[in-house]
Amino acid sequence: MRRKSALAAAATAALAMVLSACGGGGGGNSQQPAQSASGAAAQPAFNAGLTEVFNPSTKKGGTLKVANYADWDSLDPADTYYGYSFNFGRYYWRTLTTYKTGPGPGGNTVVPDLAEALGEPSDEGKTWTYKIKSGLKFEDGSPIAAKDVAYAVARSFDKETFTHGPSYLNELLAWPKDFKGVYKTPDVDYSSAVEATDDTTVVFHLKEPFASFDYIVQMPMTAPVPKDKDTGAKYKDHVISSGPYKFETNEAGKRFSLVRNENWDAATDPNRPALPDKIEVQLNVNADDVDNQLISGDVHLDVQGTGLQPAALGKVLPDPALKARTDNPTIPRLWFVSVIPDTPPLDNIECRKAVMWAADRVANQTAFGGEVAGGEIATNVMPPPIVGQEKFDLYASPDNKGDVAKAKAALTACGQPNGFSTTMTFRADRPREKALAESMQQALARVGIKLTLKGFPGSSYFSDYAGNVNYVKKNGVGLAAHGWGSDWPDGYGFLQAIVDSRTIRPAGNYNLSVKSDKVDGLIDQAKVELDETKRNKLWVDVDKAVMEDASILPVVWAKSLLLRGQGVTNVAYNEGQSQYDYALLGVE
Amino acid sequence: MLTYIIRRFIGAIAMLIVISMVTFGIFFVVPQWAGSTPEAMASRYVGRAATPETVHLVAQKLGFYDPVIVQYGRFAKGIVAGAEYDYGAGVEQCPAPCFGYSFISGQPVWPDLLDRMPVTFSLAIGAALLWVLGGVSVGVLSALRRGTFFDRLSMGTALAGVSLPIFFTGMLSLVVFSYGLGWTPPGGSWTDFTENPAQWAYNLLLPWITLAFLFAATYARLTRAGMLETMGEDYVRTARAKGLTERDVVVKHGLRAALTPILTLFGIDFGLLIGGAVLTETTYTLPGLGQFAILAIRNQDLPQVMGVVLFAACFVVVASLIVDLLYAWVDPRVRLS
Repeated sequence: MRRKSALAAAATAALAMVLSACGGGGGGNSQQPAQSASGAAAQPAFNAGLTEVFNPSTKKGGTLKVANYADWDSLDPADTYYGYSFNFGRYYWRTLTTYKTGPGPGGNTVVPDLAEALGEPSDEGKTWTYKIKSGLKFEDGSPIAAKDVAYAVARSFDKETFTHGPSYLNELLAWPKDFKGVYKTPDVDYSSAVEATDDTTVVFHLKEPFASFDYIVQMPMTAPVPKDKDTGAKYKDHVISSGPYKFETNEAGKRFSLVRNENWDAATDPNRPALPDKIEVQLNVNADDVDNQLISGDVHLDVQGTGLQPAALGKVLPDPALKARTDNPTIPRLWFVSVIPDTPPLDNIECRKAVMWAADRVANQTAFGGEVAGGEIATNVMPPPIVGQEKFDLYASPDNKGDVAKAKAALTACGQPNGFSTTMTFRADRPREKALAESMQQALARVGIKLTLKGFPGSSYFSDYAGNVNYVKKNGVGLAAHGWGSDWPDGYGFLQAIVDSRTIRPAGNYNLSVKSDKVDGLIDQAKVELDETKRNKLWVDVDKAVMEDASILPVVWAKSLLLRGQGVTNVAYNEGQSQYDYALLGVE
Repeated sequence: MLTYIIRRFIGAIAMLIVISMVTFGIFFVVPQWAGSTPEAMASRYVGRAATPETVHLVAQKLGFYDPVIVQYGRFAKGIVAGAEYDYGAGVEQCPAPCFGYSFISGQPVWPDLLDRMPVTFSLAIGAALLWVLGGVSVGVLSALRRGTFFDRLSMGTALAGVSLPIFFTGMLSLVVFSYGLGWTPPGGSWTDFTENPAQWAYNLLLPWITLAFLFAATYARLTRAGMLETMGEDYVRTARAKGLTERDVVVKHGLRAALTPILTLFGIDFGLLIGGAVLTETTYTLPGLGQFAILAIRNQDLPQVMGVVLFAACFVVVASLIVDLLYAWVDPRVRLS
């Protein structure tokens, strides 16, 4: 049956590569319903993994086959910053907290992992204390103590050695001035930043209060590292596991495999069922081939978790049986256009508002692939999966196609009644951004705003062009296509990097447009507010202030189209991970 | 002959130096002309939203603050004298020829190149055998049966082979033969020859055929054209008049003369392939030099790019040298001097 169906799809699979742009593809294709461990059929249905666990099972054993169309930035918990790496890493590391497992809205909250409970704030949020569980062990059987967590945090400080990892703890903690990292200054006492006061207590000392710290410590920088096994930048070759699996093989750039860690104790870990006996990961697999193998069942999981490639969309969406194997979540990612106030006449807020009013949101959504493949029309900055998000619309227009009259009125108020000319940048290797730029060009032309479009290579877009302060100023860039996904799903995790003007640096910026004292002031209030309800309200106020400033034009809150692997059990989309919850997965 | 080889060898080294300078210039000098700063370049190699301090440290570590000539000198010195790499917990020696350390992974480049070479070599050898045997045979038969159905069919097929890109034929064959019929393994299957020769060949069967299909087409058309030309020469008529068998006429007189341009092409094609069959390796997810080159360019990992470019250039230079030497054997009219 499967062979027949795959054959029937063969021509469309190849042709879809060529025809995907015009929506080609399709073909009759039926799939066998997946069987649960008990033998009962789990009926595939569109979005079945969003609100419940699809094909639930407690069956242990088997090999989970995983493919990645690229490679990890690093397997070292101190040196990785990819969302899928954080998700997958829970197979071989444990952190102080982690996202609540499973589907549904609760997935964007954190629960204890190594810790017995969430952090205990004191000194108005400047000090955070975590008690870790007893009976925890590394893969070699040695006990995991609080000092191993403190050491892991301290080693992650060295950004010359660990260039990729997040810098949050470097900035938040009160590190001694003469501390250059555990390798360069091994004798410097770093207890002013992080310390183990006894075998089970880790204390973090912050420079200033910070309310979202429980989210920070779910990041892998708090995964324990035994000091005597630390080999600096080479540690990624063999990370010492604290999770349910350990490395069996690791061929850099090609593949690696994980097998059970006998010293992991399930009794200490309610978050990981650890069902497969083995996990095999293949790296740098052709992206279109990952989708083909996922459809055919040769691979169980596309670890990147960003959704199907355009070639496969043309085959999956028209086929009811294949579509029934997909989930289409809205993820905490915003595609947007920076409206840069450094470039006249956009230094006048009325001119920026003219851009807001003139934009055709429907055309922009279409440019990004439509409702299913692209995302839902964004009316404000924070996407729905962010804790406490509120949807509002300051620039509502009939049918979301823009309001030409209001745009012209804004242009008149700006002193540019006939419009103006400016430049819009986009990543030339991203067809959707190119289509967005063209859509903006057409929509803004309706009110006399002429856009000159400039595409640049994605690899140097932020370093040399749209994220480079000098380039933007010298070349009069008024609009720039951007995208941003949260580091963690609360207001700070999503907004800070793209709306806090104090994070702007010479190059590599994701924000060059929001430069508002009001926004900065609200961020300062929100990040220290320990009351969650008040804090969430403040982040909504930040969102509103950005929209009032008209310096970000939201385009779509991104959606991904995820395909559930054949023969995979316990498939559920987790809002915190913005992907399937990898720690839950098993195989039939 | 020896003088000729030495002279070519010196020329090859000069060529490699020029190639390395050009490659280095593309990645370092051109961005600076476009206004890129050391920090801007370093920001490609850090995590997103990295702090200015992190970017500065990385720029310093990668030597971006040094003058370009110093940076190039350091790279060149590594190749002849080796280099050292600070990995935090210690310092690692990278013996010559050290092509530097990856900006992304921090791993030395040279072992990676050596590690990936068997994959590309396996792919190139098998495919080359198939396309030479297939292409030349079909070309000869087509020439001898000019205008027949076989000639038209084979040349039509050859045209398709030349026209269809590997990423199309490769994906199509994977979908049909691997995921549909289940005759061949899925993409990404690779087994070392020393581990299991049968599995090695089985895993490479589809890539071999796909790659050979592309090249065989060119060889068939070239061989056919060459054979048609030589079979009309006076010396072929003379050979026939002398009473030689048709087999001798075709193989010893016709084919041998027609092989000279084929040999030139083969040398360059094979050298290029050993340097990395980029599309085939990417389509079939084979961890060879071609895939390595693509990943290096995609990640703007300069040491890896430099390494793989020089490595590939070496093969092309060596292959063309061997071809020049073989000329004298294939065509006695050629004399090396």
